[in-house]
Amino acid sequence: MRLVFPNPGLDDRIPSHEDLDRMEKEGAGDRPKWDNKIQYILTCMGFCIGLSNVWRFPYLCQSHGGGAFLIPYLLLLVLEGMPLVLLEFAIGQRLRKGSVGVWRAINPYLTGVGIASMLISLLVGLYYNTLVAWILWYLFNSFQDPLPWTQCPLNDNGTGFVPECQRSSTLDYYFYRVTLNSSASIDDSGGIHWPVVLCLLAAWTFLSVCYIRGIGTSGKAMYVTAILPYIVLAIFLVRGLTLKGSLSGIKFLFTPDVDELIKATTWLDAGAQVFYAFGLGMGSLISFSSYNPVHNNCVQDAVILTVITGFTPIYAATVTYSIIGFRATEKYDNCINDNIMTLLNTFDLPEDNITTSNYEAALNHLNSSYPDTVLGLDIKTCDMQTLLSEGVEGTGLAFIVFTEAINQMPGSPVWSVLFFVMLLCLGFSSMFGYIEGVVVPLKDLNILPQKWPQEALTGVTCAVAFIICVLFAQHSGMYWVTLFDNFAGSVPLLTIGLFETIAVVYIYGIDRFNEDVEFMVGHKPSIVWQVAWRFTCPLTILVILVFYLVTQVQEELTYLVWDPNYEEFPSLALVPYPSWINVIIFLLAGVPSLAVPVYALCRLFCNCCKKTIVSEKS
Amino acid sequence: MLGQIFVLLCLSSAWAQQLCMPEASDGYKVRLSINTALGDQAYVWNENEMFLFRATLAFAMRSYSGGQDYNVSNIVVCAETPRVSFWFVVTAPLNSSRLIDRSDVEEAVRKSRNRINSAFLLTDRSLEFIGIPPILTAPVTPDTPQWLIVFGVVMGAVGAGIVVLLVTSVVEKKRKKNKKSGDEDIEEEPREKTEGNGFARDGVYNMSFSDDDPVTQM
Repeated sequence: MRLVFPNPGLDDRIPSHEDLDRMEKEGAGDRPKWDNKIQYILTCMGFCIGLSNVWRFPYLCQSHGGGAFLIPYLLLLVLEGMPLVLLEFAIGQRLRKGSVGVWRAINPYLTGVGIASMLISLLVGLYYNTLVAWILWYLFNSFQDPLPWTQCPLNDNGTGFVPECQRSSTLDYYFYRVTLNSSASIDDSGGIHWPVVLCLLAAWTFLSVCYIRGIGTSGKAMYVTAILPYIVLAIFLVRGLTLKGSLSGIKFLFTPDVDELIKATTWLDAGAQVFYAFGLGMGSLISFSSYNPVHNNCVQDAVILTVITGFTPIYAATVTYSIIGFRATEKYDNCINDNIMTLLNTFDLPEDNITTSNYEAALNHLNSSYPDTVLGLDIKTCDMQTLLSEGVEGTGLAFIVFTEAINQMPGSPVWSVLFFVMLLCLGFSSMFGYIEGVVVPLKDLNILPQKWPQEALTGVTCAVAFIICVLFAQHSGMYWVTLFDNFAGSVPLLTIGLFETIAVVYIYGIDRFNEDVEFMVGHKPSIVWQVAWRFTCPLTILVILVFYLVTQVQEELTYLVWDPNYEEFPSLALVPYPSWINVIIFLLAGVPSLAVPVYALCRLFCNCCKKTIVSEKS
Repeated sequence: MLGQIFVLLCLSSAWAQQLCMPEASDGYKVRLSINTALGDQAYVWNENEMFLFRATLAFAMRSYSGGQDYNVSNIVVCAETPRVSFWFVVTAPLNSSRLIDRSDVEEAVRKSRNRINSAFLLTDRSLEFIGIPPILTAPVTPDTPQWLIVFGVVMGAVGAGIVVLLVTSVVEKKRKKNKKSGDEDIEEEPREKTEGNGFARDGVYNMSFSDDDPVTQM
């Protein structure tokens, strides 16, 4: 089946194979180039391996059946992820332009795809750098002993601790009150929290320094930011395995529950995770590969990137869960010891009478002899499974669970610095991709003048982004970040991915694309790739997209808030969004998704107008 | 005579024991968790340790009251349990039937808490006076928050980086401009010579038409 939409004038818009060879030989380039292949691979790798690999994948893995989740994940990685990565690599390398340039060259009506990619990169980049700013805050505060999140501050008359801290924990208090100063709802903006503003300033300035000459400087920064996380993870792995209880965490993570494979949500979550892990639809991979030499083996690159993106989350998850296992064991032991102490104190028994080994028996004996007394004591139930599954996703994992575990390790400031430096590297390496996905399209669309030097482009973009980011420095900033995370980076990306696949396969033409790959690499892509590009990938993305839309529409829009007045404080309260949030959600999710048809329609309209004017004149 | 003294002693000790009882209004309960705190190096609680406790408490009363002659006999202990917990009351140095007020005892213990703890190698958590909360130490906050110092260092380094990178790019741009004007002078001569052979090539590279490269030339 050779279904190709008519696409007149394509040959005029794109350089031919001979042009490409000539450009390659002459080295004619106002276009930047990679210093070497390693830099390119590290940049792509750094972009793909981000914070979500550390704090989203382990949670998905554990909640969807542990070791069994690896099956849908790895399968979809190869069947859905790898073909799409090769698609973006090959089209970028062939057409030698950023995302807007590529889609404009394929068909001017498709420029909307590039615009959508730019908008998504911008929105995701904004909230992502806020996460980086929070990590910077924790990093700056790690250079002291004892760490500031180990102690509660005293209340005004010095008789006790601040009640908010007493009722929750030092770590919750430090994150929600000291770091963010969260208000109790997204409505209540409550002013700007200046430490966050300073950290945002640091984050954007650091980003602009590293990207000041485009990939020339960011490529070199990648040597550190892409490799350091692996080293730190190895250090934590060794440290983690020597701690008590780490193996119970790893066992909890990987214990397979094969029943989960039957559920549709497992496969859909795996597919979505694969899609977001590669950063498809952001336009950054297209940009990065456009700086490659024409005959670079992009097929090999796609395979290498897939292998790395498959292995790294599993490695990170192992490390994360070894530390989580340690923390859960500590909390469990403390819980049991507290209960033992309560029993000893109430019944005035000698200390050696009840130990951890005969705790159960002793409790049962006392309960049968003095049931009323024991009931009145409020003995806590200590459950290892609950402790292992609490707070293991997102910011909660990094700033609350992990910091608690670090507190209990000897030499905690060192571990804290290492951990946050690692998170910082993961964050920055992804940010380089997002900013590439914003700056290059802005230049191509002439929103920023082409004549400006790269330094000015980077500076202006970072400055404007910093000013917009002050939105996240409000007291309600965390709720805005969650809002952006849920809506800006989910449905629109899937939509763009779908449009991309359809555009390349059916508008650019799969035959032409195959010839291009053969020209660049030396052999035609095999039948597996063909089937994937034509059927499997678009179908998978469509299914995931439809499923997400259906679930989102059905669910009531709610979010979690930190509210000291909530009855079940310190649990987060589930509160419905205010009605004006629908406008925001439409701006975040709707505008990028609709950019494609809207731009095409506008262009059609403008062309029709021009034609009528021309025909009227003649 | 001896018999009378003996009876008096028994009566007085019984009288003292009457003063001390669990839930006494002027007494406090003490609880020690020696094994939990010291593990392998735990000592056994016996009469000698109890004597030390009474002596330390007498010392605390002396320091608090400014030199009044409290003795070990003024500290009366009762209701000992295997947990190692007991009640105590403090009698006045001159009048052993009068109990010292609860609040005074509390203040005395608070004042010398550290000394009492260290006498037993324990802490506020393992040597508990039920009803006397431990004094909370505020977390140490230096004058300049530590993080601002680190922030300043990082921003300084970043600022220096920006300045260095901008200056090097401006310098390179100037150098390239000079080189280009120098090259154009040299280029004029060979171009005249090769014009004859120029037909074999596609065309001569005309430098003035190449893009004025933005600073990011790799």
